Amino acid sequence: MVDYLLTEEQKMIKELCHKIALEKIKPVAAEYDEKEEFPWPIVKILADSDVCGVYIPEQYGGMGAGIMGMAIATEELSWGCGGIALAFAATGLGTFPILLFGNDEQKKKYLPVIASGKKLAAFALTEAEAGSDAGSIKTTAKKDGDYYILNGTKQWITNGGEADIYSVVAITDKTKGARGATAFIVEKGTKGLEFGKKEKKLGIRASATREVIFTDCRVHKDNILSREGMGFIVAMKTFDSSRPGVAAQAVGIAQRALDEATAYAHQRKQFGQAISSFQGIQFMLADMATQVESARALVYSAARMIDAGSKDIAKVSAMCKLLASDTAMKVTTDAVQIFGGYGYMREYPVEKLMRDAKITQIYEGTNQIQRSVIAMNLIKELAKNK
Amino acid sequence: MNIIVCIKQVPNTTQVRINPETNTLIREGVESVINPFDTYAIEEGVRIKDKTGGKVTVVTMGPPQAEDALREAISLGCDEAILVSDRKFAGSDTWATSYTLSQTIRKIKDYDIIICGKQASDGDTAQVGPGISAHLDIPQVTYVRKIEEISAGHAKVERLTEEGYEIIESKLPLVITVVKEINEPRMPSLKGKMRAKNAQVLKWNADDIECNVNDIGLNGSPTRVIKIFTPPPRKGGEILKGDTHEVVAKAADLLKNVIIG
Amino acid sequence: MSKNKERIQVSKEKCVGCRLCVTVCPFSAIAMKEKKAVIDLEKCNLCGACKEICKFKAIDIVDISSQVRFVDINEYKDVWVFCEQKKGVIQSIAHELLGEGRKLADKLGVKLCAVLLGEGFQPKVKDLYARGADIVYLVDDPKLKHYQDDPYTNVIVKLIHEYKPEIFLCGASVIGRSLVSRIAVKINAGLTADCTGLDIDTEKRLLLQTRPAFGGNIMATIISPNHRPQMSTVRHKVMKEAVPNSSRAGKLILKTYDDTVYSSRTKLLDVVEEIEETVNLSEADIIVSGGRGLGGPEYFDMIRELAKVLNGAVGSSRAAVDAGWIPYSHQVGQTGKTVCPKLYIACGISGQIQHLIGMQSSKTILAINKDPDAPIFKVATYGIVGDIFEIVPALTKRFREILKK
Repeated sequence: MVDYLLTEEQKMIKELCHKIALEKIKPVAAEYDEKEEFPWPIVKILADSDVCGVYIPEQYGGMGAGIMGMAIATEELSWGCGGIALAFAATGLGTFPILLFGNDEQKKKYLPVIASGKKLAAFALTEAEAGSDAGSIKTTAKKDGDYYILNGTKQWITNGGEADIYSVVAITDKTKGARGATAFIVEKGTKGLEFGKKEKKLGIRASATREVIFTDCRVHKDNILSREGMGFIVAMKTFDSSRPGVAAQAVGIAQRALDEATAYAHQRKQFGQAISSFQGIQFMLADMATQVESARALVYSAARMIDAGSKDIAKVSAMCKLLASDTAMKVTTDAVQIFGGYGYMREYPVEKLMRDAKITQIYEGTNQIQRSVIAMNLIKELAKNK
Repeated sequence: MNIIVCIKQVPNTTQVRINPETNTLIREGVESVINPFDTYAIEEGVRIKDKTGGKVTVVTMGPPQAEDALREAISLGCDEAILVSDRKFAGSDTWATSYTLSQTIRKIKDYDIIICGKQASDGDTAQVGPGISAHLDIPQVTYVRKIEEISAGHAKVERLTEEGYEIIESKLPLVITVVKEINEPRMPSLKGKMRAKNAQVLKWNADDIECNVNDIGLNGSPTRVIKIFTPPPRKGGEILKGDTHEVVAKAADLLKNVIIG
Repeated sequence: MSKNKERIQVSKEKCVGCRLCVTVCPFSAIAMKEKKAVIDLEKCNLCGACKEICKFKAIDIVDISSQVRFVDINEYKDVWVFCEQKKGVIQSIAHELLGEGRKLADKLGVKLCAVLLGEGFQPKVKDLYARGADIVYLVDDPKLKHYQDDPYTNVIVKLIHEYKPEIFLCGASVIGRSLVSRIAVKINAGLTADCTGLDIDTEKRLLLQTRPAFGGNIMATIISPNHRPQMSTVRHKVMKEAVPNSSRAGKLILKTYDDTVYSSRTKLLDVVEEIEETVNLSEADIIVSGGRGLGGPEYFDMIRELAKVLNGAVGSSRAAVDAGWIPYSHQVGQTGKTVCPKLYIACGISGQIQHLIGMQSSKTILAINKDPDAPIFKVATYGIVGDIFEIVPALTKRFREILKK
């Protein structure tokens, strides 16, 4: 084991979240995956265990364990099930805009209920024609006195329909381009806020993915995050902070695949001996282990940089997401290979890991976008140093 | 309501392996955990507190490292913890153990209900809970699967039997031993773990609880273990070979006499 | 190591710290600690001078003769068996204990006595003679109709004090385990739980009690050298039932006590039988168990079907209970029931150590699992590697033919 010199508090989070993953999530993961149900009973356990508030400051009822605490928790919970863990991780994504840009009132109103696990949150940016190109969103927010009227449809919103608190980015002034978007907090139950049907997915099937539909939805100006025109800044800064979370999810899934593959290789006998005694398998396991550990190391470094208040986090944050998700895809694929025919069967746990891993290469910015972010920053740094 | 929960630290059987050559338990490296049945006792104690108010005091008798079990109990919602530890307790059988725990409870003085797991997973005797109630001379209900009512001075509980259950009413104070069916223990919470880390665990020895020296440890234990041995290993199983029809026919043949005889 | 028949104690509530007792004690055994009298029991002679002088009745000397742990063991004779009854029926465990008790009594050259508490049992006493009892101690009262801890404990403690048995056996059942633990404390006797083997060291006249620990992976032999009676609870289905011989005769000792002995601090309000429990797991001769391999609650029907044909009980692994496929009362294993039937059929159970602990002392074990490396095969007498959904129904069909059901 690599010693990451975790603090007492971080060790506690790791230990507790692993216990929850092992005892409460792992035994039901296959069932939730099969039924595509939202894991409310697990959310309740996370709430009762104070896990929902790990990354929220103590003054708002959380543990104040920062992005590092969030990453550790997400990693361990994802070891149990990447889909179930997402109820927690996607709430984080929906909460970061409030944490980073909310005013005191907004923080006091929303953070404690999220920290206590009474309410889940979601982040609503993506639309049918605005994926990687977030600038082309069509949802509008038109000013009407003290209110804004939202119209449009957000697509593939994780926790959509289940969450009570939505951070939404909408266009307030088309003419201003990148400065024309604004972020709002919209609560479930607001008139004009509805949800589409639940999507059927390849993996992370315990998570809920829905359309979030605004039809003349009136939102008070007090619900604006930061100020009008800051929508894309809010979104980009949110992603900079949230990417270690997605990366941690990928590390958790990858670690589980490694654990399953190692145990299986040790127990499975062919040609009269355990297949772990074959060098072909040994090399695969060794590579998998090394890759998982490198991904984890980079995720923790990024999380620590963010917690330390470093300004330049976009690059490392993108790097850790890129490395961890590519690693998860590779390691889970290799785990299926080590399991052979059994690995392809739903009765065994590894095919699900492979399905769950795929999304980590896609959401919160595809890995192609991550590479663009990294490259842009390289060029920026070069220009600065000249 | 003042609730006392008695727990025991035991080796984690999920980690216990059998040495196939000697057929003995491999205990090295096995971590210690709270006896699984006691986790239900803790949970039930905390649930009663949540309903009626009051506090849960968790007690264990054991070596100094049993403090870990008490801290875990605090992280699960217990308020106070007492470790009863003394070299003089070494060699206690269930008589002496229940005496020692009853003396501890006498010293705590204020109690309405005492909750124990139905038995410990290492000894499996199920004797300490009833022993405590006998020493304290208060009523007991064993194998409780549900607390229907509990209020000042009175409780109504369901007791699991081989055929079903009994509904029993009792005055308090009362000792109950609980079965797994009674609840689903909660996970510890992060705040609970923090509290547990900083909590003070009271440490009492034989003098603190005013034990009669002839009633504790080996002196106070009527029973003596004179031999420990491993039973002959089970004969390695015979795997029946063939298609479904063949193996079923073979199995039926082999088992016919067992079933009819 | 000596034991006094009396114990002196100071009530901390009543003591006001007046020091009168300190001045009067002839043995300087009393000191003040935090303004309360504390008696050094090594110096104290139990003379009672302090008790006399105390104006606040804070000092008490109580008779603990019943708690004196050393007794003249030679006063104790005979082997007693507690005959558990439910709803007027003497339970099979009692017959098993009488069978075993007879052997022990013969080795010691003493009488075998049955202890029976209940209502309307006089006509059934002869059955106990037939099963080997020389003496039956019967306490017959409506208040003893159902088992309750207090009256049963009180009655048996009185009987033991009066008749002094050297061995007391009881089933390791719900009732037995609750009852004898209480009695053992009250009479200061040694008690060994869950014995699977009993024998006599004839030279020392000691009961050798062998019991499993850690689910049978370790066996321990335990004695109670200085205390009487030597008490054991004995597991079901381990000892052979006594074969009835109706020509045997015995002696009835009918005891009655006054109502305070029968009084109970707990009140039994209702006895509820659960229909699902048609066959009692711990009494069953045959158990068919299902585990995670079943894949869902509906497939337990297949298990029930086989159990029905074999006249057996349905068990399960913890995994199936945790998944909500079958109630907890069917769980075999560490946190469930420990069973030792004649035949245990494990279907789709991998055999985690916690499960093995609960069933590996079964006489014959048949395991059916598709994973040839499943640990269950290590304890199974016979193993079938294959698909339970094929094999279990085929087995049911085959047994139905054999048993002509």
